[in-house]
Amino acid sequence: MEGADAVSEIVVRLNDVRLRRNGRPVLAGASFDVAQGEVVVLMGASGSGKTTLLRTIVALEPFEQGTIVVDGIALHGGGSAGPVVRQLRRKVGMVFQFHHLFEHLRVLDNVCLAPIHAQRLPPAEAEERARALLRTLGVDHRAHALPRELSGGEAQRVAIARALAVDPPVLLMDEPTASLDVDRRTELSALLRRLVSQNRTLVVATHDEPFARATATRVLRVSDGVVRAEA
Amino acid sequence: MFRSTRILRTGFPLAFSASLLSFPVGPGAAGQPAATRELRWAGDPEGGAPFVEASPSDPGVLVGFDVEIAELIARELGRVPRFVLVAFASIDQSIARGDADIGLSGIEDTPARRSVYSATVPYYRFREVLAVRDADAERLRTLSDFAGRRVGTLGGTIAYEILLAAEREHGLTAVSYDDDVHPYTDLVLGRLDGVLLDNVLAERRLRSVSGYVIQPDSVAIGQYVGVLSAQNGLLRDAVNEILLQGMRDGTLERIFRKWGVWNADQPPLYANLLAGEPVEPFTGSDIVGQLLGESGWSAAARYFPSLLRASVTTLVLSCLAMGLAVTLGVLIASGRVYGGRLLRAALTGYVELMRGTPILLQLFVLYYGLAAAVRLPAFVAALLGLALNYAAYESEIYRGALEAVPTGQLEAGRTLGLSERQVLTLIRGPQAFRLALPPMTNDFVALLKDSSLVSVLTVMELTKQTQIFATNIGSWVIPGSLCAALYLAMSLPLSALARRLEQRWKAPTP
Repeated sequence: MEGADAVSEIVVRLNDVRLRRNGRPVLAGASFDVAQGEVVVLMGASGSGKTTLLRTIVALEPFEQGTIVVDGIALHGGGSAGPVVRQLRRKVGMVFQFHHLFEHLRVLDNVCLAPIHAQRLPPAEAEERARALLRTLGVDHRAHALPRELSGGEAQRVAIARALAVDPPVLLMDEPTASLDVDRRTELSALLRRLVSQNRTLVVATHDEPFARATATRVLRVSDGVVRAEA
Repeated sequence: MFRSTRILRTGFPLAFSASLLSFPVGPGAAGQPAATRELRWAGDPEGGAPFVEASPSDPGVLVGFDVEIAELIARELGRVPRFVLVAFASIDQSIARGDADIGLSGIEDTPARRSVYSATVPYYRFREVLAVRDADAERLRTLSDFAGRRVGTLGGTIAYEILLAAEREHGLTAVSYDDDVHPYTDLVLGRLDGVLLDNVLAERRLRSVSGYVIQPDSVAIGQYVGVLSAQNGLLRDAVNEILLQGMRDGTLERIFRKWGVWNADQPPLYANLLAGEPVEPFTGSDIVGQLLGESGWSAAARYFPSLLRASVTTLVLSCLAMGLAVTLGVLIASGRVYGGRLLRAALTGYVELMRGTPILLQLFVLYYGLAAAVRLPAFVAALLGLALNYAAYESEIYRGALEAVPTGQLEAGRTLGLSERQVLTLIRGPQAFRLALPPMTNDFVALLKDSSLVSVLTVMELTKQTQIFATNIGSWVIPGSLCAALYLAMSLPLSALARRLEQRWKAPTP
C-alpha cells in the first residue's frame, strides 16, 4: 500500500490524548494524523485501546487531556460542549463491531432516520438516498427486513449504509471483519477502497492482519494506549 | 341502615364475612355457665350510635338499642348473647352462611328480606326525611323540588331506590354513599343539595354537623327488623314472641326511651302488630309496589340498564385514568432517568409515597381531605386518584424498560448526530415501549377492576351498582354473574387488543 504522501490535507488529528479508567491508563498520550483519502488501520491486541481510540474520536468517551480535531472541529480534554460534539458528529460516522442497528426499525428506516431527523432532509429524498446506498452495498433487497432477520454480513453493510447516509467525510469502523467469512472479507476490502475513491477518509480498528494488509494505505500499531507508526 | 364510616372496603362485601370477630358482650355474659348456649348476633359497631357502638367509657363494651334488644332476646331464650362483627352490607349474606343466628343493626324491613330470609316482626318505625342546607329550607321541601340537583343517601337501601325512582320522575341525581357521615358533610360543603336518610340518623348527625335542617314532611316510612336465615323459622318465631311481649309489657319502649328515639310513630306500629294486623315493609312511596314480590329476573331486567351505565362509567374512568397515568408515568420515568439529583430524589419520593400508601387513603385525602381547599367533583377526584396512583407504578415499568434498552442502541443514535431528545423519542422510547407493553396491559386490566374502589367517593361504577342490586334482591347470584360478565366483556377485548399490539410491535407490517 502506498503511504500518505499522495494526499495532503489532515482531516483527523489526535494530539497527546490521555484517558484513565478506574485509575488505569487506557490511552497514554495517543497522537496521530490521518490525511484525507487515507485508509488508516489501527492494529493491536485485544485491550490495547483500539476501540477506545475510535470511541474517543466520535466523542463517545470523554478524555482527560489532549486534543482531537476532525475536519476543523476540535474536542479538548476535560469535556466539550454539546453543540461542538454534535458538529463533530456530522463530520465522522461510526460502524460498530456489533453494528447496533436499531432493532425496532426496518432496514430502510434505520438508514433514513438520521438524514430525516438530524439533517432535516425531506423524507422522500432521504429514502431515495437510502435506497441508492443500499443498492451500492448490495442489500437493497433487504430494505424491509428487521435487523434481527439479517445475516452478519448483511447487517454490517446496512450499518455502513446507515453511517454513510449522513455523508460524513470520515468513517470509523471497529473490527469490521469480526462477523465475516473469508469471501466476505475480500468483498469488504474492495468496498472500502471504493469508498475512499469517493474522497472519504477511513480509520479502521482490527486485529485481522491479512485484511489490514489488503485494505490499508497505512497501518498504525496500538499498544498500551500509545499509537506508533509501523516499523 | 348502614351507619358507619368505613375506611376499608372491597368490591364484594362477601369478602368481609370471612374475617369475623366475635366476643361476648353484656354485663351478664361473664357470669353464665360455660355450657349455656349462645345467641350469636351480627352487627356493625363502626360509628353506630344509637344502634350498636363501642361504649365511650369502655371501648371493650358494646352499647346501643340493638345491643339491648339482643340481650333481651338472649335472656328470654336462656342463652348468652355473643356479638359477631360483620360489615353492615354483608350481614344478610353472613346470616345466610350461618356465621350468626340473627342480624340486628338497624336493618331495614324490605320485601327481599321478607322473601329470601326470615325477618322478625318490625320493632322500630322510622321516617325517611330530607335534609337541606339552612338557606334552602324554604325552597327545597319535597323530592319534586330537586330537579337538576344532587341528593345523597346510603347505597343499597330503600332510600336509594326512592331516589332512583325520583331521578326518572323529577330529574334529580341520586348519589350513593357508603356511610352516613359524608352525605351530611358534603351537603354542608355544597357537593349535595339534599340528603335522604332515616330520621334517627338525620337527627343523630345534627349533633356533630351543623348547617343543615331536616324537613318536617317524611318521604316514606319504614321499619327495622332482625334478620335470620330462611331455615331458621323456628327461632324467628320465638324471637317474634319475645319482641311482641316486649311491646306489650313496655320493655322495648323503655329501651328506645333510654336511647332518646322513642316517638309517636311506635305505638301505632306496636298496636297493629299486637292486633295481628299485617304491616307493609315500607309505606309512603310508589317504589314499594315495584319492589314487592319482584323476582330475581325481573329485578335483573330493571337493573340491567343501570349496570350498563355503571359499566360505561367504569370503562370511561379506567381509560381516562390509564391515559393520564401513562403520560405522567412517562414523565416521571424520564425525570428519574435523565433528571438532576434533586429532581430524581423528588420523583423517587413521589413513587414511594404512592406505592407505599393505600389507594383508598389517597382517594379519601383527594376527595374529603382537600375539600376545604379544593372541592373536586367526585368523578375528577376518582380520575386523579387512580391516575396519580397508577402513574407511580407505570413510571417504574417505564424506568425499567428505558434502562433495559442496550447502550449500543443509544450510542449508535448519538454518533449519527441525533440529539439526546431525539435519541429518547426515536430510539430509546419506542424500544422501551415494546418492553413495557405486556406489564402495561396487565396494569390496565388491574386498573379496570381497581376502579371499583372509587365508589367510596360516590362514583356509581359497576361493582357498587351490583352491590346495591344484590342487597335489594337479597342474592348475589344474578347480580354477581352479570357483573362478572360485564367486567369480562371489558377486559377480554383489552387483552386481545394488547396481544395484537405486541404482535405488531414485534414484526412491523411490510
